[in-house]
Amino acid sequence: MEISAKLTSTSSSERRVSHSWRALLLLTAAIIAVPVLVIVASLLQGYSPVWEHLLDTVLRDYVVNSLLLMLGVGVGTLLLGVTGAWLTAMCDFPGRRVFSWALLLPMAIPAYIIAYTYTGMLDYSGPVQSALRAQFGWGYGDYYFPAIRSLGGAVCMLSLVLYPYVYLLVRVAFSEQSTAVLEASRSLGKGPWATLFQVALPMARPALVAGTSLALMEALADYGTVDYFGVSAFTTGIFRTWYGLGELQTAAQLAAFLLLFVFALFLLEQASRRRMRFHHVSARRQAHRLPLTGWRGWLAFAVALSILSAGFLLPALQLGSWAAARLADTDMAAFFTLVGSSFSLAAMASVACLLIALLLGYGKRLHPGPLEQQAARVSSMGYAVPGTVIAVGVLIPFAWLDNRVDGFMREYFDISTGLLLSGTLAALVFAYVVRFLSVSLQTVDAGLARIRPSLDESARSLGHGPLGVLRRIHLPMLRGSLATALLLVFVDVLKELPTTLILRPFNFSTLAVRAHELASDERLADAALPALAIVLIGLLPVILMTRTARAPAFHDNRDGND
Amino acid sequence: MHFPSTALRRLAAVLAFALFTPLALAEHVNVYSARQEALIKPILERFTEETGIEVNLVTGGGDALLTRLRNEGRNTPADMLLTVDAGRLYRAREAGVLQPLHSDFLKEVVPAHLRDSADYWYGLSVRARVIAYAKDRVTPDQLSTYEALADENWRGRLCVRSSSNIYNQSMVAGMLATEGEAQTEQWLKGLVANFARPPQGGDRDQIKAVAAGQCDLALVNSYYFGAMQDSGTAEEKAAADKVALFFPNQAGRGTHVNVSGAGITTAARNVEQAKALIEFLAGPEAQHWYAERNNEYPVREDIEPSALIQSWGDFKADSVDVTELGRLNAQAVMAMDRANWK
Repeated sequence: MEISAKLTSTSSSERRVSHSWRALLLLTAAIIAVPVLVIVASLLQGYSPVWEHLLDTVLRDYVVNSLLLMLGVGVGTLLLGVTGAWLTAMCDFPGRRVFSWALLLPMAIPAYIIAYTYTGMLDYSGPVQSALRAQFGWGYGDYYFPAIRSLGGAVCMLSLVLYPYVYLLVRVAFSEQSTAVLEASRSLGKGPWATLFQVALPMARPALVAGTSLALMEALADYGTVDYFGVSAFTTGIFRTWYGLGELQTAAQLAAFLLLFVFALFLLEQASRRRMRFHHVSARRQAHRLPLTGWRGWLAFAVALSILSAGFLLPALQLGSWAAARLADTDMAAFFTLVGSSFSLAAMASVACLLIALLLGYGKRLHPGPLEQQAARVSSMGYAVPGTVIAVGVLIPFAWLDNRVDGFMREYFDISTGLLLSGTLAALVFAYVVRFLSVSLQTVDAGLARIRPSLDESARSLGHGPLGVLRRIHLPMLRGSLATALLLVFVDVLKELPTTLILRPFNFSTLAVRAHELASDERLADAALPALAIVLIGLLPVILMTRTARAPAFHDNRDGND
Repeated sequence: MHFPSTALRRLAAVLAFALFTPLALAEHVNVYSARQEALIKPILERFTEETGIEVNLVTGGGDALLTRLRNEGRNTPADMLLTVDAGRLYRAREAGVLQPLHSDFLKEVVPAHLRDSADYWYGLSVRARVIAYAKDRVTPDQLSTYEALADENWRGRLCVRSSSNIYNQSMVAGMLATEGEAQTEQWLKGLVANFARPPQGGDRDQIKAVAAGQCDLALVNSYYFGAMQDSGTAEEKAAADKVALFFPNQAGRGTHVNVSGAGITTAARNVEQAKALIEFLAGPEAQHWYAERNNEYPVREDIEPSALIQSWGDFKADSVDVTELGRLNAQAVMAMDRANWK
């Protein structure tokens, strides 16, 4: 009797937690979805005659170029990311430990900044081609050199800075893959390549999908690079329609189509892996690394080094040399203020994103219903939308609410409350959550997906409530994923430009804003210091985490054959 | 190492200010500026020194700021909108977010075609869209007008940036205003056929491409050339040395110009302060500063441009009302789309 009474009480309190969790999840998701829905709602409004013009002239180019860009960046990030992850997680070669965190570094470089640096180096009037011409006495048109400012160039630039998403997530997945499966594969006579393609990669599918879709969404939302390279992509079209034609509504409709497209891709992916499960059966234990000795080891070293050089060392060196030339003219106090404000913003936003991602991600696990699934999905759509469009989606409802409250207060109390939320840091952090939630959610989801539900069930049957399971079972197992989620959003916010630009309060600036303002005025040398600072601050969390986190993603002391 | 503590104090002040909506303590004016911070802050600080009026600043894209202004409505904290082209000011007036500013001083010093006819906004500095040519391959007597850039002898010899750029758009709008639609479309086709490469990069990139021999001519804004002549990097200086500027259409309508300018918002709470600021920006000190610091032309005829700008020679500017550039902007973009100017 006593036992059954206890069981009932647990399950009723459990149900209460579980229900309020669900309510909180839906409410949060609904609030976060507002800006995206504001954009999508533009589809219900009238269609301007400009549409006809777009269809007749440029829309086809926008669509085709964006699809090609997606394809290229997809292939590029997978190639670089999986190579890096496989080498550093599954093999042993000279310098592996350093590469395992250093390969993350390109993530800290904003795409438009890497585009500027490579253009500086490789353009027709840049040092490389000028030297070639001087050396061989060539003139314009005498030789072939790939045009850096082209669609292909944009694919390369974006792949170089976006592959870390794939790398990071796939590497975590590889490290967490159960030894037993991989060793079984090897003992069955499969070589390392076959193990990679037939076992490890298929098992890492949630991470592959999460990483690649982040990279693709960011590539679709990129404006700085394609604009600078003169590529007519979909985002260029959105801004051209808005700025050039003065048609904000048509621009919002274009953005809404972009959103629907991404949403459709998500649904397709979800359908394609229905009924597949990717949990690990045995306890997490680092698989025995494949030792690469002799020339193989050095080949691996060379491959890792070239990825790192192309994505980080070369552009950082270029930035460093530009910055050094200008260091004397810099107002250091103002500069450190920028560093401080960028850092605080990024910290606030990454924590906010992580908490909400946990709420949504774990909520989906507690209630794996279609409503929860879609709620989480819709609220993470912001990542595929150019920041400026999201900013408008945030601006409109906030200003509307503020003005409504003000109107009410004026009417009934004769007090003007003015704008309470618009133009505050709170609004800005909210916008970051809308824009970057996808990053933390995908990471948390990928982490949760690797934990068998039966673990939850066992824990629950032992009397733990949902919160207890989260705290005692999931959080410790998720440490790597949580740290990853924090890091990714932190760096993303640090680099973020357009949302910050338009939503920020008076007299508030960040490194990215400063770097962009100077770079857009083509003062690259002056932009180099803030750009370099973004990169260096981006390093801090990476280094911090390699030092302290016990996450397998960063920590490799548990080497060996245990 | 005392600067980080200064930085920390400043940061604390900035965060505190940002977290809580500013209360009107000192006399102040709030500005939404499409002109970026580095290119406006020093002169705003001078204004504060002179008048004691604090200036609070948000910078951003012109259209984005305009959208923010519209949505914030009557509660917007912004007293003043500052843009770097006439088109955005035209749009701001159309959107009803500006109020007329009657100032005898401004009307006297700002020429009529460089300000709004009903006093909603005033131009503050002038930039010219000119032809940059390679000194060793082109002589000035081969050049005449924008129209002539569509001639066949320039096939594959012209560099220009994307048609998404506002200054290209306003140049084409200027052409529409004076030459009409059919003429302009015809011209655009010839112009696009003469491109040496797909449009890309910024104006400095076009000048560098001319210097390096990728093309012989480029359409650029005058101040970029000045900035390169003035540049701290040897490469930019060297590139600028190989290039000279030509002011087109001197025998006819004149060279295309655009203005940066400002107006007071409908909801402004600090109208007097905003007026003082706009008048200050049209005053002699600020006008000189624009010229020296940004290599722009003063909007006032009684103020001499900088020595560097004078070295390019005098020119006749197109006297088309810059309001027209705003009105025809969308039409210009569509014409460029049809001509396949990327």
